[in-house]
Amino acid sequence: MQFGIFTVGDVTTDPTTGTTVSENERIKHTVELARLAEQVGLDVFATGEHHNPPFAAPANPTVLLAHLAAVTERLVLSTSTTLITTNDPVRLAEDYAYLQHLADGRIDLMMGRGNTGPVYPWFGKDIRDGIPLAVENYALLRRLWTEENVTWEGKYRGPLQSFTSTPRPLDGIAPFVWHGSIRSPEIAEQAAYYGDGFFHNNIFWPMSHTKQMVALYRRRFAHYGHGTADQAIVGLGGQVFMRANSQDAVREFRPYFDNAPVYGHGPSLEDFTRETPLTVGSPEQVIERYAGMADAVGDYQRQLFLVDHAGLPHKTAMEQVELLGTQVVPELRKIAAARKPAHVPDAPTHASRLAAGATKHEDLEVTR
Amino acid sequence: MSTRRVVVVQAGLGQPSSSRLLADRLATATRDALLERGDEAEVVTVDLREHAHAMADALLTGFATGELRAALDAVRDADAVIAVTPVFQASYSGLFKTFVDVLDDGALRGTPVLMAATAGTARHSLVLEHAMRPMFAYLKAITVPTAVFAASEDWGSGGTVDTGLSGRIDVAAGELADLLTGRPPRTDRVDEFADPVPFEQLLGH
Repeated sequence: MQFGIFTVGDVTTDPTTGTTVSENERIKHTVELARLAEQVGLDVFATGEHHNPPFAAPANPTVLLAHLAAVTERLVLSTSTTLITTNDPVRLAEDYAYLQHLADGRIDLMMGRGNTGPVYPWFGKDIRDGIPLAVENYALLRRLWTEENVTWEGKYRGPLQSFTSTPRPLDGIAPFVWHGSIRSPEIAEQAAYYGDGFFHNNIFWPMSHTKQMVALYRRRFAHYGHGTADQAIVGLGGQVFMRANSQDAVREFRPYFDNAPVYGHGPSLEDFTRETPLTVGSPEQVIERYAGMADAVGDYQRQLFLVDHAGLPHKTAMEQVELLGTQVVPELRKIAAARKPAHVPDAPTHASRLAAGATKHEDLEVTR
Repeated sequence: MSTRRVVVVQAGLGQPSSSRLLADRLATATRDALLERGDEAEVVTVDLREHAHAMADALLTGFATGELRAALDAVRDADAVIAVTPVFQASYSGLFKTFVDVLDDGALRGTPVLMAATAGTARHSLVLEHAMRPMFAYLKAITVPTAVFAASEDWGSGGTVDTGLSGRIDVAAGELADLLTGRPPRTDRVDEFADPVPFEQLLGH
């Protein structure tokens, strides 16, 4: 099972000090978080894509991920998310294939539609077309990666005549794709149709809802013949704040929670931790909570944690990554490995897919 | 004989509240009217006051939980809804509208709704026609022709069966019962998670 962190790169005033980091600081901090994630043994770092303040996440995640590819060795670099609606699928095909070469295959993508209405018109699109855009653009993106010569016509971009997207994907294997959606059954259906991964970013949602979305994806994954329902590739979001003593964690995190841009001034910390995966307490409490996620959604492949938002100081976010890597994830790995049946796959990586392709090829040779 | 699920949503704040009083009268009259037509009523009353904090949370988080979730589900699955609000500043109360704002999309589509309102003066009575009815029309609910308004003076006067508050309650309850009579009981709403649109259809093939 893969564990990692994901960030939206929000530049939020620290409510306890009134200080706000500069965009430059936030961007450099993000790089440090990713490097630390690798050092402490996490598997994945994923960045959001943003086009508006208060975010200092890259408008094109490949810019950040290409840099991270150069300063890390093992970490899988991903997105949370890549906007499949407002980006030109041709540019996505080209940029992520190039990144795949730079990173020696250590990348994958999570597709998202984007939930910020004004972003769509900035790129000449309409949020009401969100689902049809995601469907058409992704169908084209897949063809651009898997077919050398693409002649295509659709509704949302100009037609292509004998177009070859360059560079070609590394080893002829398209980057692995996760589809992220919180509420839209159509996107779970899309992930299932292609046999791609499905990521439910449940950080602000009750488990009952996550369960429903994942169950739909698993059922349809089996329906489309990619394997049994429990072999579908599932990822979940998570949100934690830890201190050795759980009361210290609650005391320190409460002002950040109460003023957080997304849910601040609403439910109490206690209500929100009960209803959503947010866990504020000791590393042991986090282990206990997250070890139970598989009871709700089945054995799953990727768990990402949000640790660096709502104005938390960089030093604090780094401490959270360190705690995850040294205390939480080693335990969660053991628990996940002990419960996962052999026929449930790990998260696909470039290396595993290359090996699987080679096996398939050998089978073919033998048959011949 | 079938059993009709009638959900009463009332936004009165006081204890006792005249909106709650009116809601109870309408519920009783509806139960009687249904009985006369051979149906039973199963009445659930939602006092919005109890969900005030949860509704504010739901606006901020995007999801409802606990007892508010149960109330929203009850409205979604209701055969009929009786909606009662006090008039605040010439319209339905903010609490009432907040409940409508956190309802699931399509929750009231096709649902027969009896509207009622209370106020300190009869000069507010057209709130039912100018504010409530257009909103329910937007929600694709089926509103009964008679909406019931009760001003302070109504509680003190008898009036004739035709013109008094009791008469208006009975007329409106009868209209609601007529709408329900002969209708098949509400089957559960389409579960989009159980029955997704097949992807070939989304692809346009």
